[in-house]
Formats: sequence, C-alpha cells, structure tokens
Amino acid sequence: MLHFENSAVEINNLTKVFGKHTVLNDLSFDIPRGKITTILGFSGAGKSTLLKHILGLHKPTSGEIKVLDKNLSKMDEVSLREFRQNFGMLFQYAALFDSMTAKENVLFPLKEFTKLSPEEIDEKGTNLLESVGLEEISHDKLPSELSGGMRKRVGLARALALSPDIMLYDEPTTGLDPITTKMVNDLIVKTGEVHKEQQMSSIIISHDVQATLKISDYVAFLNRGNIVEYLPAKEFAKSDHPLVQEFINL
Amino acid sequence: MEIIQKNFESFVSGLGKVIIQNVGGLGKVFAFMMSFFYWMLKPPLRLKLILEQLDFIGNKSIFIITLAGSFTGMVMAYQTYFGFQLINVDSLVGPVTAISLSRELAPVLTGLIVAGRAGAAMAAQIGTMKVTEQVDALEVMGINSVQYLAVPRIIAGTIAVPMLSIFFLFIGNVGSYIVGTKALLIDEALYFSKLGNFMFVSDIYQGIIKAIFFGFVVSVIGTYFGFSVTKGAEGVGKGTNLAVVWGMISVLVLDYFLTSFLVQIL
Repeated sequence: MLHFENSAVEINNLTKVFGKHTVLNDLSFDIPRGKITTILGFSGAGKSTLLKHILGLHKPTSGEIKVLDKNLSKMDEVSLREFRQNFGMLFQYAALFDSMTAKENVLFPLKEFTKLSPEEIDEKGTNLLESVGLEEISHDKLPSELSGGMRKRVGLARALALSPDIMLYDEPTTGLDPITTKMVNDLIVKTGEVHKEQQMSSIIISHDVQATLKISDYVAFLNRGNIVEYLPAKEFAKSDHPLVQEFINL
Repeated sequence: MEIIQKNFESFVSGLGKVIIQNVGGLGKVFAFMMSFFYWMLKPPLRLKLILEQLDFIGNKSIFIITLAGSFTGMVMAYQTYFGFQLINVDSLVGPVTAISLSRELAPVLTGLIVAGRAGAAMAAQIGTMKVTEQVDALEVMGINSVQYLAVPRIIAGTIAVPMLSIFFLFIGNVGSYIVGTKALLIDEALYFSKLGNFMFVSDIYQGIIKAIFFGFVVSVIGTYFGFSVTKGAEGVGKGTNLAVVWGMISVLVLDYFLTSFLVQIL
C-alpha cells in the first residue's frame, strides 16, 4: 500500500456500519497533497460513504480520519463546518442552486464567507467563470437554461471560489457526451495545475476507467469497503489484481 | 377459534406497528423543531431570506385570502340571518359573524390555506433541493441547511399567518357587512351597534394567538417533510402530499387544544 510523507488525507482503520451492513471495513490509506487521486469501484463499494467521511459529514463507527493534519473524528459540529471551507466539491449533476443565476451561484460562497466588497466579489465571480471557460452571455442564465457541460463549468467555478485545499469530484463525467467528458477532464487537470503552488489535492470518485488513467496521478480501487489496489496511474492499468482487471476490461 | 385468535393477534400487531411508526414520526418532527430553535438562535439571521419568504407566504397569498375571506363572511351572514330571523334576532348577524370569524374561521381557514399553498411549496422546494444534491452542496460549503432553508421559512410562516388571518377577518367582516346591510337589509346603525356590544378585543387576540401557532406548525411540517424526501421525483410528490395532509390535520387538532386553553384565559 502506498504511503506519503505529505498527505492531504490519512485514513486509519476506518470502519462504518449502517445497521447490520458494514460499508467501510477497517480501511487504511493516504491521499497525497498536490496530486490527483481517483477512487474507482463498483456501485455499492462504499465510494460515496468514504467521500462523506472525508468531508466530515459522517462520523466513523471506529477508526480515524485526518484531513490536512486535523482529526475529523475529534472535531465538534461548529469546527467541522468552518473546516469544510477547505473543500471544494463538484457534484455529479453540479448541484447548482436553481433559483440563482450562474454568476449568483459562484458569488454565493464569496458572499457567505469573505469580507470582500460587492465590487471585488463581482469581479472575482466574473474571473472564476471566465477561468472555467463560461462565456459572458451565460453568466446571467439560470441553471435550467444551461447545458450539462456549462453546469459543470459553473459548479467547478463555485467550488473553486474559496481557493480550497482539497477539490472533490463526484462522478464528474457520468452521463456526459465524449466531447463534454474531455472538456471536464481537461478542466480537472487545468485546475490542478493552476493551483499547484497552493498544493491543492484533487480526489475523484469515478467509474470512468479510461479518463481516470489519463488524468490521475494515483488510482485506488475500492471493493466491499476496502482498498484492494492502490498504485500510480501508469502502473494501475498493468495491475494483475483480478477485480481490477475485470473492472478495466468491462 | 384459532383463526379468530390469529386474526386478532395480527390486528393488534398491525395496530401496534402503526402507533410505533406515528410516535416515531412525531419524535422526529419534535427533534427537527428543536434543531430549528437551536439554529434560529445562532447567527447569522438571514433577514433577506426571511423577507423573501414573507413575500411568498404573505403577499402572494393575499388574493386567495381575499376570495376565501369575503365569501366566508358573506355565507356566514346569510346562514346566521336565516336562522336568527326565526327567533327575531337578525340584528345579531354582525357580531355572530365577526366573533366566529375572529375566534375560529379566520385563523383556521388561513392556516388551512397556507398549509395547502405555502406548506406544499416549502416541502416541494426543499425536497427538490435534496434530491438534486443542492442541500448537500450547502452542507459541503459549511452552511447548515436547517439554518439556511428552514429557519427563514418557519419564521416567515409564523409572522405571515397571523397577519393573513387579520386580513381574512377584515375582509370577512366587509363581506358580512355588505350582505347583511345591502342584501338582507339589516339596519346599518343596528349592525354596528350590536357589533360594538358583543365583540371584544379578546376575541381578536384569541384568533391571532391561534394563527401564530398554526403558522409555526404548518411551516415546521412543510420544511420537515421537505428534508425527509429521499427518492427522486416520486419522493418529492410524496413529501409534498404528506406536508399538506399533516399540515391541515395539525391545524384542526391544534385548534381544539388551543380553543380549550384560550377560552379559559381570555
């Protein structure tokens, strides 16, 4: 199993049980800082539950999880809420607030959490939308008027608004056409590069093997609540683990 | 005999299950209510969101309240007139209508209308936000979803329903006055003099106190069922339906208990 000196996330013996069902089973692994790490796995493998633990939305049944050197299990609700400002998240369907325009969605975290003047907030919002390639004509459109790809761009701009240390991507390319999939993958790589100095870590939850191998630095394979393979992306494709081979060749 | 015993056992166990489910549900609503009070007291107080909800629950209900209030007042005037005429007390149409409206009809009908209109909208809005991960997006940003979504709606509902109830009362009395004096030809001076003799400020207070409780309960139930939505569009429909049904039932049940308490203190 890979171990990193400079970890964004450290998971030690994490177990999560819902009723009689063990979703995460004595899970231990690290996610490096400043790199793109993808967690692959079949449906029901525990990927979303793991993501919610990293975000501090779930408490472990046992074990501990450290994010940016802070033990989330020992943090109270108020500290956890403040701590979550270190995260940005791009949801599967972008999860834009449907009563707000594209720009208002991006301005929302800036208005909530910064003390910038209205002019500065507006300027930052415009810059963020431009940085993800959303044309100005679409800035004042409601999410329902945007295409899937445009919504992803806005979702990414919103997630980056507070310059997070960790970017989480939940199934970023599911349900998108090949061109939009490439665009989203390029954006993920570009985002990582732009924030390299800040050592922003990207964690992707995905089913898309081909895209994962192209854009990731490291790939972990989660099965039945445990990591069965964790390798640099270039080596992952050559893994002889039967489950990984089955998944890659599906 | 054995079959009867088995049927009886299955009936009792079924009844027990329903009771346990409902008591459990009541406990969850109570826990949600406690979480509302906790997050209401925590800054920031989102005044803009409260005003937006006041506009939606209050301002945008005025048309329907005007219709319901005026026709309720007019019907009440007719019904009481034809009954009272038999015993020659038709001059009491004004106060009887006004007292019925202020103590019962205005708050209860306003509560029911708001449960049907705003309660359903609250459940549908929050439920849709939940299934499209917008609620999760708030939580990931570190914003408590109860504080952001439920607190403004519940505060606005608690303020808007008594205001709408007062408006209902006013419009209802205007309707009653028009029918009483113009259609049923009750003497105008007599109408007002009897109104002054029999109607007291405590009657209005009783209605306002009830409306405050109705506004609170309807908003709590609307937002609670919004947050309870789990399964896509079907779940949103179910949550909205439950919000309306339980909102209306709560208004009617609460009305009995509030009446039995308020008649003793006011």
